[in-house]
Amino acid sequence: MDLFEYQGKQFFARYGIAISPGEVAFTVDNAVAAAERLGYPVVVKAQVLVGGRGKAGGIKLAGSADEVREHAGNILGLDIKGHVVKRLWIEKASDIAKEYYASFTLDRSAKQYLGMLSAQGGIEIEEVAVSDTEGQCREWVAAARLDPEAVEGAVQILMKLYEAYVDGDADLVEINPLILTTDGEVRALDAKVTVDDNSVFRHPDYAEYDEIQHRDEREEAAHEKGLQYVGLDGAVGIIANGAGLAMSTVDIVSQVGGSPANFLDIGGGANADVMAGALEVINNDPLVKSIFINIFGGITKGEEVANGILTALERVTIDAPIVIRLDGTNADQGRAILTPHLSDRLQMQPTMLEAARTAVALAGGPAQ
Amino acid sequence: MSIFVDENTKVVYQGLTGSQGRYYGLLNRAYGTNVVAGTNPKKAGEDIEGIPIFATVGDAVKATGANASCVFIPAPGVKDAVLDAAEGGVEFIVVITEGVPAHDEAWFFSKLERDFPKVQLLGPNCPGIISPGKCNIGITAGHIAKPGGPVGIVSRSGTLTYQALYELQQKDIGVTTCVGIGGDPVPGTSFIDCLERFQADPETKAIMMFGEIGGSAEEEAAEYITAHVTKPVVSYIAGVTAPPGKKMGHAGAIISGGKGTADAKMEALRAAGVKVGLNPTEAGILMAEVVAGL
Repeated sequence: MDLFEYQGKQFFARYGIAISPGEVAFTVDNAVAAAERLGYPVVVKAQVLVGGRGKAGGIKLAGSADEVREHAGNILGLDIKGHVVKRLWIEKASDIAKEYYASFTLDRSAKQYLGMLSAQGGIEIEEVAVSDTEGQCREWVAAARLDPEAVEGAVQILMKLYEAYVDGDADLVEINPLILTTDGEVRALDAKVTVDDNSVFRHPDYAEYDEIQHRDEREEAAHEKGLQYVGLDGAVGIIANGAGLAMSTVDIVSQVGGSPANFLDIGGGANADVMAGALEVINNDPLVKSIFINIFGGITKGEEVANGILTALERVTIDAPIVIRLDGTNADQGRAILTPHLSDRLQMQPTMLEAARTAVALAGGPAQ
Repeated sequence: MSIFVDENTKVVYQGLTGSQGRYYGLLNRAYGTNVVAGTNPKKAGEDIEGIPIFATVGDAVKATGANASCVFIPAPGVKDAVLDAAEGGVEFIVVITEGVPAHDEAWFFSKLERDFPKVQLLGPNCPGIISPGKCNIGITAGHIAKPGGPVGIVSRSGTLTYQALYELQQKDIGVTTCVGIGGDPVPGTSFIDCLERFQADPETKAIMMFGEIGGSAEEEAAEYITAHVTKPVVSYIAGVTAPPGKKMGHAGAIISGGKGTADAKMEALRAAGVKVGLNPTEAGILMAEVVAGL
């Protein structure tokens, strides 16, 4: 889960990383009040989970209450790459002498932690495989050739950043820029933090970040039902069991010239409750013109899958025609159960490829 | 032959007393797997349909000679369970559990590498491993796999693993071992670990490798194939049309910063001489052609 900048800074502050004073604001009046408390000049910063805020006009310097009012009014509601700004971070402006870059993340191929530090924002990055010793941080800071007056502050921040990364179960902690102020202090001027969804059992407070994740209406509805769903913009709704098979189904619909409406994994089995929930989510997508249910029975037997689908269809009224491909364990029995119910609205095909072609044809044919 | 597990593998199920552990443990036993023990510190001395329960893997190993473990413990307990298995003396640990934090995975991967270099970890978040007709550890439906070879299978995704087994079974092609390495960011067993063993296994004559978007494991496998694998390899990569920045069900299946795309992976594999199918069925057909020409 991604954190807003201000949440990332609050996360950093819990580990003792120096940040500039600031306050979160949801309205223009909030923003002005915050600026009055902080003292001018302040920076008005859009809080969105997407990069490129500055270029989009989402970060502005303000020297007075009027300027804060103007900028906050312009930035709130601004659409930055599909993310609408609903929160601002009002921060006391910093006198920047130098800008650096620091981050920790997981190197998936080496299967170890990777630290990055640069004296020149993104270029000539010094990379190290990390174990948490002060000595290592010192060597590393020396290797990255930061300015002498920044060395001590940088070492302290890196040690704390590493602690935040590990103890906080983060996928990524990034400070860009890490600044040296004109009075010699080293601080995090920005914060990019992604925490591991799987670690919520250790960090119950992370549940609050779940609400702010960027999801469209369909994704939100699927999320509430506990379904693994990713919205796409096509006309063929997809339901499959297993992440790999669901990805593969999206692929094959595209390969035969169709446009998938979504990725949806209903997990290993295909019980009626989960299937009904999945059908509801897809049915509410106005762009969907046909639905492709692709189930491979492993441990779950074909007849259980077939009964699950029929029970779900009794509960949910579906607008679009459905194509089913059922294969795997006891597929013959499963198909026999479905056969009496087949019609123009509920079709069955023996293979993934044929089912994909049928679903695409029902959705209006391949894109030209 | 087979890789990692065979008819001599004796398995202890950590979490055999839980609902999932019990269900799959008994199913694996019915398949013919030597399910010799279960663990649960609170239920030591009891049994599950004749399978004795011990407090620790170490106790189970002493009493039964278990040499592999299968973990069905909920995510918060997986770190301790893996350590218990390694300290207990088993050589092969299969973690089925999904939802394990990446930092825990990185921690026990390094711990095993440093202190228990002989221990092979498979998973977490994987369907397990099956050497058809000999040993089935995990959640794979055993009857969809035809025993005997000549094909070895390795796959990140569970359902695509089943799909691969099924495609081959429909064509009457047997499998030496099918390994599901799982879709998490830090898999204990990599494609390369499996490729190395399949290359060394005389009964495996061809290798089926199913990958997916995210990370660079497929690209690394392609490099390894170029340098070390002489047997024919057929591949399929899921997620050709996946949008960037979205997790496609698996924690590790995400295109980030333009890296980890299916196109780049397919390109790397083709450059290594691998036959790449555009969907699982096509990969099955390609493998049938390879097997016919062996």
